[in-house]
Amino acid sequence: MENSKLGQHISQQFNEELEDIRTRVMYMGGIVEQQLSDAIKALTTMDASLAEVVITNDYKVNALEVSIDEECTQILARRQPAAGDLRLVISVIKTITDLERIGDEAERIGRMALHFSEKGGENKMLAGIIHMGDLVTKQLHNALDTFARTDSEAAAQVAREDKKVDQEYETILRNLMTYMMEDPRNIPILVDMMWSARALERIGDRSSNICEYVIYLVKGKDVRHTSVDKVATDARNFIKDE
Amino acid sequence: MNKEASLTHGVNLDVLERDLDNSSAGSEEITLKVENVDLYYSEKQALKNINMEIPKNRVTAFIGPSGCGKSTLLRCFNRMNDLVDNVRIEGRFLLDGEDIYHKNVQVSQLRRRVGMVFQKPNPFPKSIYENVAYGMRIIGIKDKRKLDENIEKALKGAALWDEVKDRLHDSAMGLSGGQQQRLVIARAIAIEPEVLLLDEPASALDPISTLKIEELIYELKDKYTIVIVTHNMQQAARVSDYTAFMYMGELIEHGDTKSIFTNPKKKKTEDYITGRYG
Repeated sequence: MENSKLGQHISQQFNEELEDIRTRVMYMGGIVEQQLSDAIKALTTMDASLAEVVITNDYKVNALEVSIDEECTQILARRQPAAGDLRLVISVIKTITDLERIGDEAERIGRMALHFSEKGGENKMLAGIIHMGDLVTKQLHNALDTFARTDSEAAAQVAREDKKVDQEYETILRNLMTYMMEDPRNIPILVDMMWSARALERIGDRSSNICEYVIYLVKGKDVRHTSVDKVATDARNFIKDE
Repeated sequence: MNKEASLTHGVNLDVLERDLDNSSAGSEEITLKVENVDLYYSEKQALKNINMEIPKNRVTAFIGPSGCGKSTLLRCFNRMNDLVDNVRIEGRFLLDGEDIYHKNVQVSQLRRRVGMVFQKPNPFPKSIYENVAYGMRIIGIKDKRKLDENIEKALKGAALWDEVKDRLHDSAMGLSGGQQQRLVIARAIAIEPEVLLLDEPASALDPISTLKIEELIYELKDKYTIVIVTHNMQQAARVSDYTAFMYMGELIEHGDTKSIFTNPKKKKTEDYITGRYG
């Protein structure tokens, strides 16, 4: 962690509080990553018991969101943070919201895995999901990594990579539609596949959101709803004087 | 997926335009201008090459650690430093374009245009009425009706009228600290200055009186240009439009308050406002 860049507060307690919310976001991120990879694994290996584990464990993610939120509220009320400290608290609040939603999407994939294992399916439909799952897992991991290292340029790069996830999603949709037309009896299971792909696509978007919060945290520049090129320029060029 | 989706759907466009308008005020009318100012107390240099512009009808806050020169700078604006021995000032202070240290400027005239309020309320040991009337008598207002009128106006301006209107001729020393401070502000605005200098105006007051003073500052900026020195960072963040951060006699950063408190450009400013300055 690059916390030394700002040095220490006069209030040691405040240092510890800020360090604590950072650590807990990373912890929450770790759990969400685990949930996501378990969910994908459960889906692609049709492992019903693993799917059950994912579904049950979502409560952990929810509980962490509530508790970190509460801690941030306490810091705002008691410390009135400014500048970089304020941006840290704000990005944490936003990051955990997206992490919690990613957790929900993972749970949704878990439920699809459960359906899938009950109905049985064909492996040819899974290839695309496996590939997309790998991409999305990597996106989430990299996004959390840029948060841990507070690296805005890497964050811009990761956000840019989301395009690959979107492309993969389009491809899967086209394939699924073809399969549906080939044999309408497959539609129920293919709809489940579509929901899973959709969940993965959303996780990609939410990972990009986290990257945008990292850029805001480091550069103080809100890059939401701007083009990827603008994001990259801001992440690189918005320089603070020393 | 498409993040650039139509944002304008159902949104009041005026509000949206305000949100999209990030241009900071580059076109403000300037009341006070500081040019290349160095100030020495005997051998010790207290201000180092200060350059800044203070916009009209805005609140500018000076923040910085003790001894950084913010009060010294504030005092230059109405030549309070003339009263201190061995002060040497280089550079220029312009009020509406005129050099306030020019030999033709009468200090009493200048102080009429640039009023000042200090940390500790300092009402005269006279009645509330006489406190406010004092400055007006000096500038030659003798007519009782005119005095009454202006006193009511000043006390209303300082948000004190309702609390004292039934006891205008009681001693000012019987007022609470917060009321005394508002009385002093009423005294300052009774002679209708252009600029109000506030040196830690709320630091000796309780939180409620502090909020009343802050509310007052907000109301007063319609008519006056206000410069405030404060140690209370949240206060600067709450009341000011512009913030100047000073450190060891230098002006480190001066910009709109919004950016100074969320995204300062200089590391020294960031360290100070986040409490890392040791």
